[in-house]
Amino acid sequence: MNGWLRVCLLEEIPPLGARVVNAGKGDIAVFRGADDEVFAVDDRCPHKGGPLSQGIVAGRRVTCPLHGMNIQLDSGEAVAPDTGCTHRYAARVDAGAVFIDLR
Amino acid sequence: MRKPKLVLVGNGMAGVRTLEELLKLAPDLYDIAVFGAEPHGNYNRILLSPVLAGEMKLPEIMLNDLDWYKDNDITLHAGKKVVRIDRARRKVTASDGTEESYDRLLLATGSHPFMLPVPGKDLPGVLAYRDIADTEAMIEAAANHRHAVVIGGGLLGLEAANGLKLRGMDVTVVHAVDWLMERQLDKPAADMLQASLEAKGLKFKLPKLTSELVRGESGRVCAVRFKDGEQIPADLVVMAVGIRPNTELAESAGLHCNRGIVVSDTMQTYDPRIYAVGECVAHRGIAYGLVAPLFEQGKVCANHLANFGIARYAGSTVSTKLKVTGIDVFSAGDFTGGANTEEIVLHDRSAGVYKKLVLKNEQIVGAVLYGDTVDSSWYFQLMRDGKDVAGIRDHLMFGESHLGNAGHQGQSKAAVLPDAAEVCGCNGVCKGTIVKAIKEKGLFTLEDVRKHTKASSSCGSCTGLVEQIISSTIGGAYQPQDAMKKALCGCTDYTHEEVRKTIREQKLLSIPAAMKFLEWKTPNGCATCRPALNYYLICAWPQEYEDDPQSRFINERAHANIQKDGTYSVVPRIHGGVTTPAQLKRIAEVAEKYAIASVKITGGQRIDLLGVKKEDLPKVWADLDMPSGFAYGKSIRTVKTCVGSEWCRFGVQDSTGLGIELEKALDRMWAPHKVKLAVSGCPRNCAEAGIKDVGIVGVDSGWEIYIAGNGGIKTEVAQFLVKVKTREEVLEYTGAFLQLYREEARYLDRTVHWVQRIGMDYVKQRIVTDAAGRKALLDRLLFALQGEKDPWRERVQGLRAHEFAPIRFFDKGSAGGKGNERMAESVSA
Repeated sequence: MNGWLRVCLLEEIPPLGARVVNAGKGDIAVFRGADDEVFAVDDRCPHKGGPLSQGIVAGRRVTCPLHGMNIQLDSGEAVAPDTGCTHRYAARVDAGAVFIDLR
Repeated sequence: MRKPKLVLVGNGMAGVRTLEELLKLAPDLYDIAVFGAEPHGNYNRILLSPVLAGEMKLPEIMLNDLDWYKDNDITLHAGKKVVRIDRARRKVTASDGTEESYDRLLLATGSHPFMLPVPGKDLPGVLAYRDIADTEAMIEAAANHRHAVVIGGGLLGLEAANGLKLRGMDVTVVHAVDWLMERQLDKPAADMLQASLEAKGLKFKLPKLTSELVRGESGRVCAVRFKDGEQIPADLVVMAVGIRPNTELAESAGLHCNRGIVVSDTMQTYDPRIYAVGECVAHRGIAYGLVAPLFEQGKVCANHLANFGIARYAGSTVSTKLKVTGIDVFSAGDFTGGANTEEIVLHDRSAGVYKKLVLKNEQIVGAVLYGDTVDSSWYFQLMRDGKDVAGIRDHLMFGESHLGNAGHQGQSKAAVLPDAAEVCGCNGVCKGTIVKAIKEKGLFTLEDVRKHTKASSSCGSCTGLVEQIISSTIGGAYQPQDAMKKALCGCTDYTHEEVRKTIREQKLLSIPAAMKFLEWKTPNGCATCRPALNYYLICAWPQEYEDDPQSRFINERAHANIQKDGTYSVVPRIHGGVTTPAQLKRIAEVAEKYAIASVKITGGQRIDLLGVKKEDLPKVWADLDMPSGFAYGKSIRTVKTCVGSEWCRFGVQDSTGLGIELEKALDRMWAPHKVKLAVSGCPRNCAEAGIKDVGIVGVDSGWEIYIAGNGGIKTEVAQFLVKVKTREEVLEYTGAFLQLYREEARYLDRTVHWVQRIGMDYVKQRIVTDAAGRKALLDRLLFALQGEKDPWRERVQGLRAHEFAPIRFFDKGSAGGKGNERMAESVSA
């Protein structure tokens, strides 16, 4: 399937952690949830551009390290009552490797 | 499978709040139906007064509109009054014949206004003040009539009178007792209140007993006649003489009632399938008429409806505030006093200020404040916590004083602030924004306001102001949070103390184990509880617990301070602020090699290299070859020193030497929050020991140790703990105090907040009096610090390399090739 990019092995991302992927046009944060779900969003908080990859991951959310805004990883949307959205990419795990769809 | 059915009778604030709490805990457990006698969704009854006063409009006070019921799959029978409960068949019937059967029934039928049994009470133009219909009728009457009489000089009556006056009516308040709000105020406060209301144009008749409401020619009420024969004109009479729990329905169903539907601590009635909450309830003999206790009841009830079965309602301490714009009144507890009580009174008539505190056994048991209610939350908190105030009695009357707080120009009176005034200096939030959010979004708690407006959510110095704004906007509905019983975060109902105790007693050795044992409500916590749990585990099980980097805030995970642009700052340890030319050269070389954007001397007497890219951190650390300064951690930061006796002509002690010794001894110590020390070599105190967590001042005969100072958001002067003779003793007392702080403070408490809560006497007893305990504390600290490695060195050697290495892509095939041809390369550090 075109557009899908192999990023790394799943085991290279700590559970409830993230890796920064530098794909040329800006950093993408690739997250690994508690049950090995993976998510990818632009590594920029909609609030003040904080690097979301550096935040604490809980459930399907990450808390931005700069001012604590919560972002829903499966949609890129800020958790209410905050508003804002960061771009989300499709992501999946296949045979132990993490893929994201850059389109 | 059919879901069990929950039926709520009473579509008001208490009942619907219970449903909201239930939906949070168990969203899909029940099929829910709601009966409400009024034809609306749930609205904020507390804000009827601002509506009457013309300050707000009806749509603004809706809490749950009809869509809310739809979105949550709740059947709403609006405008249908339930007239019968058939407990045998578990079925309720409304006046129009609508029936619902139930597995659980929740009664929240609220209260009735009490109508004086005088002739004429049923005439047109005679109203109670209870719901939207009453409010609308009053607004309508104000448009067409002139004379209004409000019977009842209590909270509700005065708010009604104020509203009618603002709508242009000529208003007289009639009260049966000598002074207004006699259940909340003593006479001096009530007299001042009456004078202010008279200045607003209200008239008063008191004490006056009403004998009859006189019928006019049109059939409408035309006058009020009193027992003494006097008569005054009245086109509108509002009765606000009290409320009675609405128990008719429950009584007719044979449920035990005694001035309210009698419930247990689980909000269960005598029929185990039937629960009750709100004003209709009598809990331990008390029926509450204010909203805050009702919300507490709702929370407990929801917990049981959700089958959690762990919450108990143990009654509430309540306080009252009057919602009349421009008048500040606060009352709580036993304000009249009596045998064995003492009073402290401040009365400044021309300034319009009256304050009375009632004390019993050195605890505040009641308070009345008029004109200056700035400290109401503080007094209320002291009262509810049963705090011993003997130590602060001298200045109790002058309040907590937020004047030391930075960030809001020393303002401490919310009521006089204009809407455009900045309240929260961290997030730039103005008073108007906060008031608007409270009204439009129906916010009740400090937590809500923080979430929606960000005010008070950063440094917290404006918390007192924000609390005042909430209470002046929603009045008595606002109850400051009980800090003693506050849950750790939304993921659990347990307090910090309960969590720590359980971790120790059950020997829980990991975050998942703690969450499982304590029945955490979320699968892996949140950014608030995980760092706290991680710290509690580190503290409880040193040398055993394995630190969880994913539960640490980024600074402690990366061992550097994240900056606004996503770069980091590096602060190497410079013990006691004493460096060498060789060290400075090395720092300079690193700064040049990595093109460090800024090099700054910090307030802690060391050097900050700012603007380092994350992937460069391990290389910068390797080249520096200095230990981490922990400038990023909830940990020991620095020990600031003055030059001391080695050079200074005034110095009497070697402060530099002792500072270095202390900083080395405490190196790598994690704590609930950051810890800063200072050592001065004489009482001139150039190291500013008076505002440190531990400040040590050398005197000719030894060392004085001060604790719990703070130079941050609110300047707090450190308090004297003990004077000792030797350096060894300084280390022992300091270490023991910090270990006590590590073991007993809540995560993110600075020493000052913790000591304020537990009291200086307790600290002295544990650290000064109990010598064996002191040594044991120190031993536990030394054990915990044993073998702690320098985190920078570990990472230079390759630990957690993935943390610092981004994944980079490069094109393997032709330029602009499709994704499949591109390969990822993990740059290893």
